[in-house]
Amino acid sequence: MNGFLSFFRKRPTANLARERLQILLSHERASAGQEGLVNTLREEILAVIAKHIHVNRDQVQVKVERHGEASILEIDVTMPVHRMTLPT
Amino acid sequence: MAKVVVVTSGKGGVGKTTSTAALGAALAQSGERVVVVDFDVGLRNLDLIMGAERRVVFDLINVIQGDAKLTQALIRDKRLENLMLLPASQTRDKDALTGEGVARVIAELRESFDWVLCDSPAGIERGALLAMHHADIAVVVTNPEVSSVRDSDRIIGMLDSTTERAERGERIEKHLLLTRYDPARAQRGDMLSVEDVLEILSIPLLGIIPESQEVLRASNVGSPVTLNAPVSAPARAYSDAVRRLRGEIVEMTIPSDKIGLVARLFGRRVA
Ligand SMILES: Nc1ncnc2c1ncn2[C@@H]1O[C@H](COP(=O)(O)OP(=O)(O)OP(=O)(O)O)[C@@H](O)[C@H]1O
Ligand SMILES: [Mg+2]
Repeated sequence: MNGFLSFFRKRPTANLARERLQILLSHERASAGQEGLVNTLREEILAVIAKHIHVNRDQVQVKVERHGEASILEIDVTMPVHRMTLPT
Repeated sequence: MAKVVVVTSGKGGVGKTTSTAALGAALAQSGERVVVVDFDVGLRNLDLIMGAERRVVFDLINVIQGDAKLTQALIRDKRLENLMLLPASQTRDKDALTGEGVARVIAELRESFDWVLCDSPAGIERGALLAMHHADIAVVVTNPEVSSVRDSDRIIGMLDSTTERAERGERIEKHLLLTRYDPARAQRGDMLSVEDVLEILSIPLLGIIPESQEVLRASNVGSPVTLNAPVSAPARAYSDAVRRLRGEIVEMTIPSDKIGLVARLFGRRVA
């Protein structure tokens, strides 16, 4: 009887909504965290480079590329050779 | 010390403007000096919900660009003398809102009010970021629905990373305001429940505003629901939320219009 009625009743959907959100947001939070990490890295790398070389912000590029399981951190610095000051 | 509150959500149409007006009016009713600021440049609506649309002369952009003084742009509420509105402009030029200008206006408002409530535009663009930038407290308005919860999660991340407080390494107080909630549907398992949303977003709950036709009725007449129908379910829910904002500990309930009706009838018979 119960089974017969439930055949006509629509199944509750809120559980599915919650599960889908939990999975999606755990991914989105992780990638937002990585975005934050890249920003922190960029700022700190810039600060280190600025101690020794005069560079503009846009001459330093920091990015992380996903390659399957691993990620590659790429740092690209354009150095104006003539203005380089040697570390003491 | 003045408190700056941003009412934000990411997703559009979830009840930010309704909530800004209702919370602002309820705060003013409890004796606080309140200003509600419309940050939705180009799509201003707070003036309409507050019933002040015909009294707008100058707006936020005029003040920022130096075409008007703040005191010229502020509109005093007709019902509550300690409630003011700073309307948004209807300009389509989004760049008219500058970071430096907003900082100046907020600093000036802090001087004369106890509470500065900022009604954020939807989205995660400049306007929304500027609205949250100086906030001490964020009210994250969320509907019990997947896309709204996802966008709220995104906004919570931005509150923790892009605001002035975050930049200073301080915490920004965040509260969840669950709006358009339908307890019967949640009970049947057809709508995310309060517990579901809290578990996912994990920020403290400020209040649960039930879905109610009183909200539309209040907007029709241009009066915050807390003033227009003070004993209605959404008004009582907003008033409780305001008591919590002021630091009171109030038991969490989902007010219902049916109880409100009984109370009204009863009240009338007694009178
Ligand atoms: N508790 C409620 N019950 C019923 N209707 C509601 C409730 N809260 C808000 N609404 C309705 O939802 C609609 C959107 O509300 P509102 O304008 O406050 O949202 P918003 O988040 O400010 O939108 P936008 O992102 O466009 O600025 C309005 O029609 C309003 O009347
Ligand atoms: Mg709005």
